[in-house]
Amino acid sequence: MLTEPLPPDDALAALKALIEYLAGTPTALQILWFGLIAVLWTGYLVLEGFDFGVGMLFPILSKNDRERRAMLTTIGPLWDGNEVWVLTAGGATFAAFPEWYATLFSAAYLPLFLILLGLIVRNVGFEYRGKVDSKRWRSGWDWAITLGSWVPSVLWGVAFGNLVAGVPARVDPLQLGPTKILYGGNFFDLVKNPFCLLGGVVTALLFLAHGAIFTSMKTTGELEARAKALAPKLMVAATAAAAVWAVWMQLAYSNNAWTWGAVAIAAIALILACWFTFVGREGFAFASTTVGLGSAVALIFGSLYPNVINASKVTLVGDALADIPGLGLVDGADITPVVTDVGTLQELGMEVERAITGLPIVAASSSDLTLKLMTIVACILVPVVLAYQAWNIWIFRKRISADRIPAESGLAP
Amino acid sequence: MGALDLARWQFGITTVYHFIFVPLTIGLSPLVALLQTFWVKTGKDEWYRLTRFFGKLLLINFALGIVTGIVQEFQFGMNWSEYSRYVGDIFGAPLAMEALAAFFIESTFLGIWIFGWGRLSKGVHLATIWLVAFAVNLSAFFILAANSFMQYPVGAKLSDSAGNLLTPRADMASLGDMLFSKLSLSTFWHTISTSFLVAGTFMAGICVWWIVKSVRKGNEDLARNVYRRGAVVGTVTIIVAGISLILSGHNQAVITTEIQPTKMAAAEALCATPEPGQGAAFTVAPMGKCVDGEFEGAQIIPIKGLLSFLATGDSAGEVKGMADLQAEFDEVFAPIYGEGLDYNPPVMVTAWSFRLMIGLGIFSAVLAIWALIALRGGRVSGSGGLKTWALVTLPMPFLASAFGWIFTEIGRQPWIVYPIYQAGAPSPDIALRTAAGVSPDSVVNAGSVAITLVVFTLIYLILAVFWFKLMVRYTGRGVDESESIPTKDDDNDDSKPLSFAY
Repeated sequence: MLTEPLPPDDALAALKALIEYLAGTPTALQILWFGLIAVLWTGYLVLEGFDFGVGMLFPILSKNDRERRAMLTTIGPLWDGNEVWVLTAGGATFAAFPEWYATLFSAAYLPLFLILLGLIVRNVGFEYRGKVDSKRWRSGWDWAITLGSWVPSVLWGVAFGNLVAGVPARVDPLQLGPTKILYGGNFFDLVKNPFCLLGGVVTALLFLAHGAIFTSMKTTGELEARAKALAPKLMVAATAAAAVWAVWMQLAYSNNAWTWGAVAIAAIALILACWFTFVGREGFAFASTTVGLGSAVALIFGSLYPNVINASKVTLVGDALADIPGLGLVDGADITPVVTDVGTLQELGMEVERAITGLPIVAASSSDLTLKLMTIVACILVPVVLAYQAWNIWIFRKRISADRIPAESGLAP
Repeated sequence: MGALDLARWQFGITTVYHFIFVPLTIGLSPLVALLQTFWVKTGKDEWYRLTRFFGKLLLINFALGIVTGIVQEFQFGMNWSEYSRYVGDIFGAPLAMEALAAFFIESTFLGIWIFGWGRLSKGVHLATIWLVAFAVNLSAFFILAANSFMQYPVGAKLSDSAGNLLTPRADMASLGDMLFSKLSLSTFWHTISTSFLVAGTFMAGICVWWIVKSVRKGNEDLARNVYRRGAVVGTVTIIVAGISLILSGHNQAVITTEIQPTKMAAAEALCATPEPGQGAAFTVAPMGKCVDGEFEGAQIIPIKGLLSFLATGDSAGEVKGMADLQAEFDEVFAPIYGEGLDYNPPVMVTAWSFRLMIGLGIFSAVLAIWALIALRGGRVSGSGGLKTWALVTLPMPFLASAFGWIFTEIGRQPWIVYPIYQAGAPSPDIALRTAAGVSPDSVVNAGSVAITLVVFTLIYLILAVFWFKLMVRYTGRGVDESESIPTKDDDNDDSKPLSFAY
């Protein structure tokens, strides 16, 4: 039952209490779960990354329908299991950091909607494309698969960029607590920052390169040759874009200096990946892009820590704040945004070390009991999942040759 | 329409749409696994043909169930962020566990099953479809436990407000109490029974239709050797699931009367509590509304005492009417929300969805009895009436389960988390009104919800058309008798085409 919080007598004291609460140190369990969510995202980007890449590339790399089918068949047994990583990341965020889940999903409403649309038409496309033997039917689903791979590939990068670059936030210190750090922007706020747009370019290029390398590992003949020829070009472009993006993030937005380490590992991994694609060692190249994607996630999560979402601007709202001299809040609709930086707050007579910089782990997290139980569940199940997904990859390790694609394809129209 | 109404429409449309595909997936996966088991055990080609035939239909269906499930999960954060904040500590756990324990298995092994025909040994390949069947049912358990928490929030406690610094929320007190609440277990039983009824009807309906069609075309062998086997599996499934459905449905009614009295009162349009010892009547067709504790309108065919019996197991048992319940809820919640809130759900929607849920099940029962008679002792039938009935029955259990969810979800309004009701009073501890659960207008405005509602609905409609067309075409194609049976390592032989490719 939600009860209205009693307004504290002193609004300043309330604000100070909130800031102190938000600046608290996360517990070990909370940090563990922050890390585990990073692991789930890494699993998602590495695995779905290659099937997104194949989905984006298959109309370009193939010359005929058999080759298109061969490319889709390389990811056929894998894409569905790959995609569950994002559902698990979503579910784990909901369970371990409900505030994060609620704030992020409602703030990134329209981008998430577009991602969902992409995933829907793409998944149905995989299953339905070969069900009717008609050129129109197949080319329609080809579009669905291609667009459905491009849109999430770009938007995931944009979304991650926003987490780190920060979103406008609104805080009502009189209805205290995490529920009241709300997203205060709109769709265009999410896409207008060039850094975030670059993030979309980076994820798309990385997935394209990752997918081209995967294709060169899993196909034969001309298809393999074309993928091998394209991979180094994509890899160089991805590395260049990722380098600019990573350094930009580190300099402009990272909350921590140690994420330079992640930047360095990503740089080494991606440069190695370029080299391996040039010399035709696709297995090593794939391992390198995997490390590159993992360090990109480490950079993103490390740059956020101790927040789960950074705030670009914090607006204090709430009628009672109008009583605080200097905060500049005006009654009713006309509320002046106030950035709660340390200087402004100290001018108001608050001895604070740290301003509100975003939604922190401490305020986003579930209770200790929930985290403990979920830790047990995750420790048992994640290794099992990894084992059978590895087995899945092992069963279908053989290269797919376009010559071996069966002639029949679905019912006559 | 405001963001709240739009978000509710979106949730309703997505849920009903999702649950067209899901019960068939839940029920048909084990049935296909069973058909494949018969093939592996007996080595008879007929079972292989049936496995492939229903396997294809299962896959056409699976795809849509999965994609709408993703929307279901993301929707909580997108449209219902305040709800997610309030319950996330306890409600997120079953969703995360579902993904980790069930959804991974189902997605991974489904991929292995589809592409594994020419690569795995018969036994291992059979194990993959059984794992899929197990996982979809486990999935259902976690999702239904989550839904049951919204209906009956046990296992949670109100969080400490930390000296008024934090807004209290529903924190986990006991994961076990939540996962295995009496409602959760009962709902699981009921929903799985439904799913098997849907899948049994699907299999029996299609096979019976094909039997009649084959007999009339003079291909009695095909009817007897192949489709009759499927029809028997389907019919037996209908009978077992049907009995289970009646028992679990009664159990649901008794539990619901106890923990969600407003839902059952609305289901029966019971405006006032009957006099003690009188028992409440079940009205076959109530048409009207409650005005000041009296029913205004027509109550067609009332059956005395039947409601009391259904809801309490005793024909004179007390079932509370809506006027008394309103007073009880007002007493507890008026000090918090103020006067004038209606604590009863919309009566006609609740009452009629309840009736349609039950009534549409009769089609399957008739099909099962008719099929039993027509197919007894190795017979096949060329009856046009049976063929028509089989076809007419096919959509009915789908509709019945959709109405079941409409009844469950509309019937708990105005709550998104229904308060725990015991000893004649709702508890104000853990509860959330639907209106308080929606994402704040400043974050997600009505325009955004309207856009996603319209586009999702259009996409759903388009995909439903494709689904329907493919289902009809692949059903009309029948079993593929020309198909060669792949064996292990076929796909490692570079001279042969792959057994399956996209």
